[in-house]
Amino acid sequence: MSATSLTSPRDRPRRRSKLLIREYIAFYLFASPWLIGLLVFTIGPMVASLYLSFTDYAVIAPPRWVGLENYVHMFTDDPLVWQALRVTTMYSLGAIPLTLIVSFLVALLMHQRVYGVRVFRTIYYLPSVIAGVPVALLWMWILNPDFGLMNNFLRLFGVEGPKWLYSTTWVIPSFVLMSLWQIGVPMVVFLAGLQSIPMHLYEAAEIDGGGLWAKFRHVTLPMMSPVILFVMIELIIDSFQTFTPAFLMTNGGPANASLFYGLYLYNNAFKWFKMGYASGLAWLMFLIILLLTGLVFRSSIRWVYYEGGLRR
Amino acid sequence: MATHGVDTRSTASPGRTLLLRNTWGSKRFRQRARITLSTLVILFGALLMLAPLVWMVSTSLKDEGDVFLIPVQWIPKRILWSNYPAALTFVLYARYFLNSVVVTGLAVLGTVLSSSLVAFAFARLRGPGKNVLFIILLSTLMLPGEVTLVPVYLLFRNLGWLDTYLPLIVPSWFGGSAFYIFLLRQFFLTLPTELDDAAKIDGASLFHIYTQIVMPLSKPALATVAIFSFFTHWNAFLPPLIYLNTSEKYTLPIGLRLYLSTLANSHWNYLMAATLVTILPPLVLFFVSQRFFIQGAVLTGVKG
Repeated sequence: MSATSLTSPRDRPRRRSKLLIREYIAFYLFASPWLIGLLVFTIGPMVASLYLSFTDYAVIAPPRWVGLENYVHMFTDDPLVWQALRVTTMYSLGAIPLTLIVSFLVALLMHQRVYGVRVFRTIYYLPSVIAGVPVALLWMWILNPDFGLMNNFLRLFGVEGPKWLYSTTWVIPSFVLMSLWQIGVPMVVFLAGLQSIPMHLYEAAEIDGGGLWAKFRHVTLPMMSPVILFVMIELIIDSFQTFTPAFLMTNGGPANASLFYGLYLYNNAFKWFKMGYASGLAWLMFLIILLLTGLVFRSSIRWVYYEGGLRR
Repeated sequence: MATHGVDTRSTASPGRTLLLRNTWGSKRFRQRARITLSTLVILFGALLMLAPLVWMVSTSLKDEGDVFLIPVQWIPKRILWSNYPAALTFVLYARYFLNSVVVTGLAVLGTVLSSSLVAFAFARLRGPGKNVLFIILLSTLMLPGEVTLVPVYLLFRNLGWLDTYLPLIVPSWFGGSAFYIFLLRQFFLTLPTELDDAAKIDGASLFHIYTQIVMPLSKPALATVAIFSFFTHWNAFLPPLIYLNTSEKYTLPIGLRLYLSTLANSHWNYLMAATLVTILPPLVLFFVSQRFFIQGAVLTGVKG
């Protein structure tokens, strides 16, 4: 019976569907580590965090429902939230455009088939391999007002440098400067993007009498615009999460001038154990990031060029 | 995806040389001048990039008093190698180093194994709801870790995992990060499916196809994931900061912070020596595995 059913054409679809169901099961088995992780470490905590943001929770006693109180407090009664948002915005407005421009320029220059491009690529990437605490320690020493490398360098030109991390005006520029030391990742992404632009587009532009600028403006920029969008969104998300350098180098000071949003959130959660309020802050941050990336995506319709219509 | 970039590049170079050959001297001269100028600018930038690192090395070898000399001495008057043993025994540095090796190693292993399993499902298998799940996977890339920070901390606290390495390792065994799953899926998609089909006809199980065909063919992509996740875990600061309390259990970044709070503004030479030893493993790994970085950028960035 079973032997004939295997060969009988009428039964073939059933056998096929059996195989398909086995494949479906296999899909879920293979994906199960991530699916479990998604539930336990992402979706579950997201729901919990949303719930906690409506409670007063100091860990020692169970959470107490307070409705919108945390959010009302955030917007009306907590000047530090605004300070944290202001600091993060100032930093982002400096670091994101500068990182984009500098890493793009470096990639463009390297793409000119400069001599020793491999060595240079390595050197520019090198600082990005170091992250977190070592970078913070090194730059604390570099920006030391009296004995640091930066002010010693400025003295060569007869300039007495500012107090950097100890100055309310210069602390954010200090962090921006530091971020420009770590442009390796966007640079490599841009370089890979430049290398994938088909040569014939440049040749066509040249035949049309286009010079360097025309080639850049009408070939390089449009072809690179999806990559620029990708890097820009990564940078926005990153800059909102800045924590380690602020925590180690200034701890938000002087006078809260470097109170990054991520640091203020940490202080609420793990210094003052205001878990409910910290959850509310996290959701506010999430909504701001969603809003910003949404805006960037919407504007991208105007400035991002997709070869042959929308890709993907 | 990766092959796309490589293809255009290889077809591009003959075109370029052709162009060069067909142009007259003055144009070639202008091009030479442009390349030379670009190289000089790049060289200047490279010096700026290297200066902090060189200065770190130089500080780490200086005598305590020479650290504060003005103008800066790039090459120390007296080179004190003894700073290193002194710096590394000042706190439980060797212990922290070992802790970091263990935690990072286990986390990287979990990331590579679990993310490759999941990527295999997304690249090679059909399943109901697969497209929706893939969109969810991609959208978790946008989710800032802060949103889940507090509840995940409370979860580990309720499990009694505070002051253990479990919170630093266990999440890596459940998919690691969406980024790695995405990267591996992109790579698996470039592998020909004929081998799978042949193996299927021979009656090989899907798990067999995963372990015997897909994994061995994907060594470069797996290496990329292992390297990226090594850097993430080696450099991780916030998780060990909130989960570890006992100082013998610290990982290197937390140990360095302890250093900072006890030594800052006096013993910059020791501090820089300890920092340098901390970044040595990532630097060495970077130098021996450079091509994987470029590949990672091509796989994820360009078609992102």
